[in-house]
Amino acid sequence: MSEPVSPTRRNAPRLALHVPEPSYRPGDTPDFSAVRVPAAGSAPRPDSSAPASESHPLVNHLVRVLDEDGRAVGPWDPRLSPDILRKMLSDMVTVRVFDDRMYRAQRQGKTSFYMKCTGEEAIAVAAANALDRDDMCFPTYRQQGLLVARGYPLVDMMCQIYSNAGDKLHGRQLPIMYSDKPHGFFSISGNLGTQYPQAVGWAMASAIKGDSRIAMGWIGEGATAEGDFHSALTFAAVYQAPVILAVVNNQWAISSFSGIAGAEQATFAARAVGYGVAGLRVDGNDALAVYAAVQWASERARANAGPTLIEFFTYRAEGHSTSDDPTGYRPAGEAQQWPLGDPVERLKAHLVGLGEWDDERHAALVADADKNVRAAQKQAEAMGILPGQGFDRIGSMFEDVYSDTPWHLAEQRDAALGEARIYLGRDAS
Amino acid sequence: MPNKNMIEAINDAHRVTMAADPDVVVFGEDVGYFGGVFRATAGLQEQFGKTRCFDAPISEGGIIGAAVGMAAYGLRPVVEIQFADYIYPGYDQIVSEVARMRYRTAGEWTMPMVIRSPYGGGIFGGQTHSQSPEALFTHVAGLKVVIPSTPYDAKGLLIAAIEDPDPVLFFEPKRIYNGPFDGHHDRPVTPWARHPDSEVPDGHYTVPLGKARIVRPGNDLTVIAYGTMVHVALAAVEENGIDAEVIDLRTLVPLDIATIEESVKKTGRALVVQEATKTSGFGSELATLIQERCFYHLEAPVGRVTGWDTPYPHAYEWIYFPGPIRMKQALEKVMAD
Repeated sequence: MSEPVSPTRRNAPRLALHVPEPSYRPGDTPDFSAVRVPAAGSAPRPDSSAPASESHPLVNHLVRVLDEDGRAVGPWDPRLSPDILRKMLSDMVTVRVFDDRMYRAQRQGKTSFYMKCTGEEAIAVAAANALDRDDMCFPTYRQQGLLVARGYPLVDMMCQIYSNAGDKLHGRQLPIMYSDKPHGFFSISGNLGTQYPQAVGWAMASAIKGDSRIAMGWIGEGATAEGDFHSALTFAAVYQAPVILAVVNNQWAISSFSGIAGAEQATFAARAVGYGVAGLRVDGNDALAVYAAVQWASERARANAGPTLIEFFTYRAEGHSTSDDPTGYRPAGEAQQWPLGDPVERLKAHLVGLGEWDDERHAALVADADKNVRAAQKQAEAMGILPGQGFDRIGSMFEDVYSDTPWHLAEQRDAALGEARIYLGRDAS
Repeated sequence: MPNKNMIEAINDAHRVTMAADPDVVVFGEDVGYFGGVFRATAGLQEQFGKTRCFDAPISEGGIIGAAVGMAAYGLRPVVEIQFADYIYPGYDQIVSEVARMRYRTAGEWTMPMVIRSPYGGGIFGGQTHSQSPEALFTHVAGLKVVIPSTPYDAKGLLIAAIEDPDPVLFFEPKRIYNGPFDGHHDRPVTPWARHPDSEVPDGHYTVPLGKARIVRPGNDLTVIAYGTMVHVALAAVEENGIDAEVIDLRTLVPLDIATIEESVKKTGRALVVQEATKTSGFGSELATLIQERCFYHLEAPVGRVTGWDTPYPHAYEWIYFPGPIRMKQALEKVMAD
């Protein structure tokens, strides 16, 4: 092995590469005492049309509304009606029950893949409730709460997961990569970060046309390292696009902790400062804080005051996906130690504290969600599960590549149908 | 009918479509106030306003990504990538997003957009201003790839591309922006002003995508080319006295296979010509298609003229460029076999 130090630089200190490591690994006792959690209500709330720089002290703070006793405190309290609070709680519970059922369905071999958002339910659900219904969302893969909150049929979500006859995407997308234009939910991509400049472009188009609708995009903290994150921020800042750009910092990108994406050096919200856009760092497990931040940013966007980057500080309570084993890289029980708690329990405690909820009603809500999810699952599975799918309309595989089917695809479709005839022992369509 | 060079024809195509459709927006690096480094968008901002034609940050990924969002909204973005060599930072957005959006959403979201970019060598652009990357896009399902070779076609094809419901890569052979190039770098180029293909009608007309043009009819050999190489091939055929049929593909995807097949079955010989590097180029696809469809009509192996499999060298440009010598050798070989 050759000597690494150049003979001409013998006196120079040997350089050392810093490779970030999380504080604990499997077998260690998780300890989040280093996570700074400011008191609920302590973050000031600038006017939503204030210059971006007035928000910048908040990129190193944490906007929190719900205190340890579930009370809403401070200037960010959105003062929501009990009806909206109950709707958000119901949506979040539905998402959690849905996730559990679909996770189990994957384990039962009914589909290939699933991704839960356990612990992050407030981020999509509260955002959806704070946005206008016709604002456009450019989500990543843990925002199923957007669809649930906007009333998208659970059966349709499940049919997509099963790639069955009811799948409106015709079995072409990986499970959970939903798309639904009427519900303002843009197609999800497996190539991370792509949706960020797309959200900005949609918002720019809305501004070009003098529309009043805005766009919101989501990205995970790991994918902020993608070039698309930075081009999106540049475009958003340059054109003052009416867009909200959310970073869901759930601490883990598969097995890589947030330090590998740069979290040791600066918060993700602090990225906003360099671009001159408004920035907020928000307790992502506090549904009221999420709602308030999105409401603030949407007021800002609608007033042509510019884009906002929001870091939602949260924790991925379960594995990255059904293909992941988190016990291989992080301590067991870490999620239970997370200092910002469980978003469902915190919102429930708030409603109980207001006298607008109780354990009995909550149990009924969970039972009702369970019943609805089970009924939807039964209905979806009547249209098929993934094994055995893909032979009912083989010709459809060659549609939608172009607006019309060119000669080479027509030839390949006929060849595929010929293969299918041999495989199936009968003509296929 | 007015004569225009290719840049003027492309500029005109923008004006016609922007005037007809308020949803057409044009953006890219330097395309706004300045009108583009090649002047293809000159005057558009002045005529249509700066929200219809504007400068973009130096971020090809951002340009394409924003165009995806705009197309999703319902606009028809026409973006310029300043040189085709710069398209790679936007490659993921093109290949993974633009190309597949119609498919992965079962037609719910479509991407009616045009990505324009000057390509090709012969201008002393070195290895970062000379590449011909068309095969990287013809390989991707969901994209259409168009390459004009005349001002008339450039306007008609670009209007067709902007009006097309599918995403189109529109590569402009910058070597022939000002005049047809016959491959003889040491002779002056005849400007388009004295060429019949530079008669460009005013107003709206289209040249349909997917339809090739027989530039020169012939009986002994079929030469298939596109872009700058149409003119190089045409000159070589005439200089060598061969009764060759020269086909300008105009559109690589979708390909006009019927015209190729009919011609090769008539002549019995084929030579495919591309400026791009040899291995896995679009000419390889053409040669294979001809072999699959015309094998029993062929009297010689399909010939191939291409650039070399190296990056594009600055000082050795005329050794790299597939010019008259390589054309002559290939023509003689295909005719002799």
